[in-house]
Amino acid sequence: MRMPEPDQAAIARRAEIALALRRILPAESVIDDGDARRAYESDGLTAYRQAPLVVALPSTTAEVASVLRYCHQNRLKVVPRGAGTSLSGGALPLADGVLLGMAKFNRVLDVDIANRAVVVQPGVTNLAISQTVAPAGFYYAPDPSSQIACTIGGNVAENSGGVHCLKYGMTGNNLLGLEIVLMTGEVLRLGGRHLDAGGFDLLGVVTGSEGLLGVVTEVTVRILRKPTTQRALLLGFASCEDAGTCVAKVIAAGIIPAGMEMMDRPAILAAEDFVHAGYPRDAEALLIVELDGPAVEVDELIQRVEQIAKACGSASVRASRDEAERQRFWAGRKAAFPAVGRISPDYYCMDGTIPRRRLPEVLAKMQEMSRACGLRVANVFHAGDGNLHPLILYDANKPGELETAEAFGADILKLCVAVGGVLTGEHGVGVEKRDLMGEMFSETDLAQQERLKCAFDAEGLLNPGKMFPVLHRCAELGRMHVSAGKLPHPELPRF
Amino acid sequence: MPQRLEPATAEELSAAVADSDGPLELLGQGSKRDFGRPVQAARILDLSRLAGVSLYEPEELVLSAGAGTPVAEIERLLAANGQMLAFEPPDLGPIFGEQAARGTLGGMIACNLAGPRRIKAGALRDHLLGATAVNGRGEIFKTGGRVMKNVTGYDLCKLLAGSFGSLAAIASATLKLQPAPEAVRTLMIRGLTDSAAMLLMSRALGSAEDVSGAVHLPEAAARLLPHADVGSAVTLLRLEGTPRSVAQRLSMLAKELEASSEALGEIESTVLWRSVRNLLPFRGDHAAAIWRLSVPPTTGADVLRACGPVERYFYDWGGGLIWVATAAEGDAGAGRLRTALAASGGHATLVRAPIAIRAAVEVFQPQEPALAALTRRVKESFDPMGRFNPGRMYPGV
Repeated sequence: MRMPEPDQAAIARRAEIALALRRILPAESVIDDGDARRAYESDGLTAYRQAPLVVALPSTTAEVASVLRYCHQNRLKVVPRGAGTSLSGGALPLADGVLLGMAKFNRVLDVDIANRAVVVQPGVTNLAISQTVAPAGFYYAPDPSSQIACTIGGNVAENSGGVHCLKYGMTGNNLLGLEIVLMTGEVLRLGGRHLDAGGFDLLGVVTGSEGLLGVVTEVTVRILRKPTTQRALLLGFASCEDAGTCVAKVIAAGIIPAGMEMMDRPAILAAEDFVHAGYPRDAEALLIVELDGPAVEVDELIQRVEQIAKACGSASVRASRDEAERQRFWAGRKAAFPAVGRISPDYYCMDGTIPRRRLPEVLAKMQEMSRACGLRVANVFHAGDGNLHPLILYDANKPGELETAEAFGADILKLCVAVGGVLTGEHGVGVEKRDLMGEMFSETDLAQQERLKCAFDAEGLLNPGKMFPVLHRCAELGRMHVSAGKLPHPELPRF
Repeated sequence: MPQRLEPATAEELSAAVADSDGPLELLGQGSKRDFGRPVQAARILDLSRLAGVSLYEPEELVLSAGAGTPVAEIERLLAANGQMLAFEPPDLGPIFGEQAARGTLGGMIACNLAGPRRIKAGALRDHLLGATAVNGRGEIFKTGGRVMKNVTGYDLCKLLAGSFGSLAAIASATLKLQPAPEAVRTLMIRGLTDSAAMLLMSRALGSAEDVSGAVHLPEAAARLLPHADVGSAVTLLRLEGTPRSVAQRLSMLAKELEASSEALGEIESTVLWRSVRNLLPFRGDHAAAIWRLSVPPTTGADVLRACGPVERYFYDWGGGLIWVATAAEGDAGAGRLRTALAASGGHATLVRAPIAIRAAVEVFQPQEPALAALTRRVKESFDPMGRFNPGRMYPGV
């Protein structure tokens, strides 16, 4: 993966930059020592590593603004970082860039149960928000699998999802307000505790912008009352087609489950061998369908889904009778990644989304590719919203296998796009899928996105090298020469 | 008469924009044409020929259609399949003196419409999965996709929603759909003061009964509902779901709230919520100015009180949305309304007023200098020559 050519002059100025940052921040909040910097060299995408130029650990909005203003004045690149759990390399440092660690922003600022809102600093973990409001009977709905570690600031940057997105939406659907700092050091407040921030939906577009538009310094999230009942169904199928049909029929019946997860046979076996959740070992596909809400409704819908599953040929149908059994149903799914880790020295987790009905064909193609390249693949799948997580099994110690795995992964994502899907459903583009953006977007599509980037960060200093395959300077993005409101050569057709 | 451009394809739209040398007013059926600051444009870019549903897959909860497709046509199609637009877009046409049930997909997106279910299901912006649009350079670009879960690139859909046609001309868009509820019932509480209603709605929305609508109408507004025998303020709480579930939650909610209440049936509920959604209490009066205030829900009553005398009002979104009618004179109350919500945060939008007032008053909430500057830069990133609906939201944007 090629990153922008490091600016050697900036690297040569490391000591001077660290000194300048220590005038803004307490001395211990600036790290320029070689070993200590290396602690930040990668995020959840560990295949890529790069120690940052300097690490800055601000603890107030004013400090973030001062650091950014200094970097802006000195034309220094900045990479923001939350907990560093990104699976797409969103927080991969730059050799000539300041790494802005937001871990010190770890306070819950206000819990406003009456308005169903919580105001937190960005370094608060996703799970901590739910834990904070649990005594009042509330929770924060988006639950990425890394929720114990990942921070809400990172969730905003990546528009993180989880298994409950179909019913409750992603991060962006559960935000009320943000405070962000632009690369120039300007502080903006978007939204608040009211709905619809007003003006252009900058809150909406900053969410999921992967740290390229601004640094999040405060987040107001919407919280929900915890459902009184949660029950799950464990459904085994003789084929992925049957399982896919079942998913479609559940939704066509007007039922939106809280979660609907599918696993294919390699994933079922790996999980069952690992945690003994009681999954049917003879099934080709397994569905976990979870319903939540008032007890009377959940019980009624569980019955309806059971009937649909049987009509779709499910050979094994089990409904959780108590919380322990529900947790058992989930245990295998939740352990799917480490379970696959047990049967392979390394694995590479992909994240495409497809129109659900194309699933059988995509899985079949994937098996073909798997045979052709000689690497196994196990699939876990947020079936309700079409978000695939193929896990490619490889051994990094075998020469060439990482490259083969990456090429296989890229082919899977191209396939997702070819059937009408997208490159990433919840992990983000980062550096990982950056060079595949052209599969999904035309030059014009990308240029429009880059121009928006220019509106926020005209010098391209914030998290460069992520998301866009080619870095254009804002000037070259064709601020088309305008004279008296007229384009040059108005006689030419422009399409 | 201004010249009218009527492209029927994205390519024609692109050419129409590229070939025009001055400002364009974007128009669908014109049902909300008077929403926003007056636009000075020599030409009208009429998008109503970009019509038709191109994709509808009920079991995938997804629909794509041209920007000019009538919303009524989309809603009929969905209803026939037991589905709906969960954000419950209000029909604003009649408050502008237009016929009911007009308006297009493009106009609905431009205004980021959302009705009472906003508190549970989100606004239009939460259901816009993808779009193909033409920017001010005349270039066709797409953003998003047709799948439920997508974080590939910036989500430009969010900017298109609620930008009042000032960033790009949408050619087609893809929406996320929801199943329509099997049953709907309403719990009605009479005679609450505004402050008591805010508290009650907050408790209801914080309950486990999954309330999908919470409105409070003071007596003057309640009188104008079709259920006209009320003779007092009414607070309405809506429950949706399977019939058994709704019936049980209704009785549990009534018990929990410890207020004397009555349960309204299916038909009555449907009519009532449609009336609230479509601003029926504001329909008769064609003279007043109409404002829309978005505030933290529990502050609704305090904000309204701080506004001083108004002609009519009611609360939606559990108190978080206040529809206010003021006398259409002077600044139509802009100063005092915005002062009233300054403490708690939020924004006030002048939805309807005579053109002279809309030209003189800030129709959308004034922005801090840094935010205003970013807003202008975002506008320029899409529409560097200021072709689309110039000034509709803010001067120079």
